[in-house]
Amino acid sequence: MPADHRTASEYRRYLRQEMMPHILCPGCGHGIVLGALLRALAGRGVDPDQVAMVAGIGCSSRLVGYVDFCTLHTTHGRAPAFATGLKLARPELAVIVLTGDGDGLAIGGNHLIHAARRNIGLLCVLFNNQVYGMTGGQLAPTTPSFQRTATTPYGNLEPAFDACRLLTAAGATFVARGMTLAPVPLQDIMAQALAHKGFAFVEVLTECPEYYGRYNRLGTGAEMLLAQGRLPEAVADRLARKTFLPVREEGAGAAAGGQVRPGLAFGILHREERPELTEALRAASGGARG
Amino acid sequence: MNRCCEVRLAGAGGQGMGLAGVILAEAAMREGRNVVHAQSYGPESRGGGSVSDVIISEDAIDYPRVRTPHVLLALTQQACDGHWRAIRPGGLLVADLGRVRDLPCGDFRCVVLPMVATARDVVKEVLTANMVALGVIIAVSPVVGRDALEQAVAAGSPRGTAAVNLAAIGAGIELARAGA
Amino acid sequence: MSAGDRAVPPEVSLLQGNQACARGAIAAGCRFFAGYPITPSSEIAEAMAALLPRMGGVFIQMEDEIASLAAVIGASLGGMKAMTATSGPGFSLMQEHVGFACHAEIPCVIVDVMRGGPSTGLPTSPSQADVMQARWGTHGDHPAVVLAPASSQEVFDLTVGAFNLAEQLRTPVILLYDEVIAHLRERVVMPPAGGLPVQQRRRPAGSVEAYRPYAAADGKIPPLAEFGTGYRFHVTGLAHDERGFPTQDPAVIGSMQRRVQGKAERHRRLLPPAERLLMDDAEIAVFAYGIAGRAAREAVRAARAQGIKAGFFRPRALWPFPDDEVCAVAAHVRAVVVAEMNLGQMIHEVARASRGQAEVVGCLRADGEPIAPEEILAAVETASRRGAGAGTSHG
Repeated sequence: MPADHRTASEYRRYLRQEMMPHILCPGCGHGIVLGALLRALAGRGVDPDQVAMVAGIGCSSRLVGYVDFCTLHTTHGRAPAFATGLKLARPELAVIVLTGDGDGLAIGGNHLIHAARRNIGLLCVLFNNQVYGMTGGQLAPTTPSFQRTATTPYGNLEPAFDACRLLTAAGATFVARGMTLAPVPLQDIMAQALAHKGFAFVEVLTECPEYYGRYNRLGTGAEMLLAQGRLPEAVADRLARKTFLPVREEGAGAAAGGQVRPGLAFGILHREERPELTEALRAASGGARG
Repeated sequence: MNRCCEVRLAGAGGQGMGLAGVILAEAAMREGRNVVHAQSYGPESRGGGSVSDVIISEDAIDYPRVRTPHVLLALTQQACDGHWRAIRPGGLLVADLGRVRDLPCGDFRCVVLPMVATARDVVKEVLTANMVALGVIIAVSPVVGRDALEQAVAAGSPRGTAAVNLAAIGAGIELARAGA
Repeated sequence: MSAGDRAVPPEVSLLQGNQACARGAIAAGCRFFAGYPITPSSEIAEAMAALLPRMGGVFIQMEDEIASLAAVIGASLGGMKAMTATSGPGFSLMQEHVGFACHAEIPCVIVDVMRGGPSTGLPTSPSQADVMQARWGTHGDHPAVVLAPASSQEVFDLTVGAFNLAEQLRTPVILLYDEVIAHLRERVVMPPAGGLPVQQRRRPAGSVEAYRPYAAADGKIPPLAEFGTGYRFHVTGLAHDERGFPTQDPAVIGSMQRRVQGKAERHRRLLPPAERLLMDDAEIAVFAYGIAGRAAREAVRAARAQGIKAGFFRPRALWPFPDDEVCAVAAHVRAVVVAEMNLGQMIHEVARASRGQAEVVGCLRADGEPIAPEEILAAVETASRRGAGAGTSHG
């Protein structure tokens, strides 16, 4: 379902303008992700009273303070569990979880995979900037091998998580990956994720020039953004064809050991129909009462 | 009878000491008396020794643990060996003839009857030895009345077992009368 | 309530403490339970899993205790009365969200069925060693409301009470009992629906624009809107202002901290009263709670039978601690014997509140067995003799 871009331009009504200026650093890609999500909501004409946004701890999680919904800024990694309770109590609400790569895949990994397994009707947007930004640029479970962070000054020796493959295996019934370089396809992914019945997971590659970019000499935010598209010749085409893009082929790691991170797929990577948890519970509860 | 009566039901895991205790407590409650029931908890409930304690009192029950039972039921030798020393002076030991071969001596009355064999041969269901034992206990001591016990059995038996359990209670009462 | 309702007799059942807890929760209007299995609390979850779907409620088994309390808080924000139940190891994991619920002022009930600790400890044995954790387990200053029932009936009553307090004070309430009470079967009288006082949280009545989820007008507890009802607001674990948004303003933070921490203290009148027995002329007081309270009651009666003027004080609300009452007790006795199943936790509170007016001695047990009346009686006898000796020397 393509987004209606005329209506989508009205997304500003979802912002708490009085909370500006925001705390994000210049060049941070998170605003592009939020913009795509809000435009998708506006495109669907969603009533803000019917949206609850739940977040954990980290830069991306702070975004819930700037959107005019019912917003719940919780503890580190636990947003999917809070959101599960809220969705069970209020199945009619659109409950959207914002999480980061550290929040969702390290400390909160267990909550995330169990929310996916339950196929509870949440949309979870994972902002992957490959680093812990809020705390000053430390290693994340998504930091590519051999990259430098505040806690890997000699290069990261661990491999990175592939969040989409993890969530697909865990049972998410809608899994997609977008990038900040391609905000229009990202908005389309968000719109389709919002329409999905069940647990929808959208990972978005975004950039942290302040820490990750600086430690790895990747340039400004704009340069990092462009770098997302350096390898593919035409990102939009690739997204449409769901082809695989190797993310990094250069740098210390490649030079030292010839290691290349496995290619990352973009677009909608997995979609299936399975009973959504709150609907299954309602059906079973009707049986128990009768 | 005393204003307070402590009963300990001791046997092997799987002999239904827990259910027997719950039904005895339920019967006492139906008579309007104060009651607490506790049973062994933990790995032993899946095999090994099993104990179910009931305190029945005309007064409010403070400390809920059985310490010196007025009545001890022992359905195995191990249960008898492990608990007979706690029996209150002047109390009662109800032991299974056949399963308990080595009987202790002390300041208590002994009633030794083939409860397990009665369940197996008369009731035709060996799992009802716990109910046969309850029948024996109420026949030889005024712990609770028969009416209340039968009501509790009817209400508290697992689905489909009330009839056989009631038959076992009756068999236990008969067994005690015949043995007396 | 109509005359027809009044004719419905209360239900009388032989129930374990854990079953009574589930029945109390349902009676109080709880319609959401999230939990993780742990001995010796699991029967609460099992009972809620059976009861809730029949009431239109929701039961969910979460992936751990951290998630369980998170889901409970989420459901409470969705407008449902919600509860979780656990034991020491799970209670340790929940501390993160005890703090969140206190700070964000989300009503909920947490049951901790105490077993021997620390760590995995004694899963099937009782203890009372979580009483300080229930007060101070989570980081930062925060209010604590902790109730300690001593029988199946009291578990039922205080579970209802816990929900009422949680709703009235907009805060998590902890119900603390132990393995013995959890599994003891006793008679429980349960009033029919409508026969119990059931409190609901204050909800906002004014305009959406004027709603301030953390503004306490006239010292009242601020109203809490539920998500999805048109009041769009922000809830955060960060220090926040009256609208709920993060702030670093020391004046705002300081007054918010004092208001939230002081909630329980300011509403002591809502707490269940302590049990007192034979205190009027007592020379030795026994302070005990929960299962130890039952042994203490028996010990005090036995001491009286021996001619020792012993009395009994059992708080049903452990936190906020009954400072004034304990101070008044200490003013009228020679000694306070504190009986508890740990190596000395509440005894320090009793000593503090006694202000040196009476000797405070412990009768402590921490070996997985419930404290026995004989042990407490011996401590009372010793305190009595020592007191008599001191009296002689003064004479």
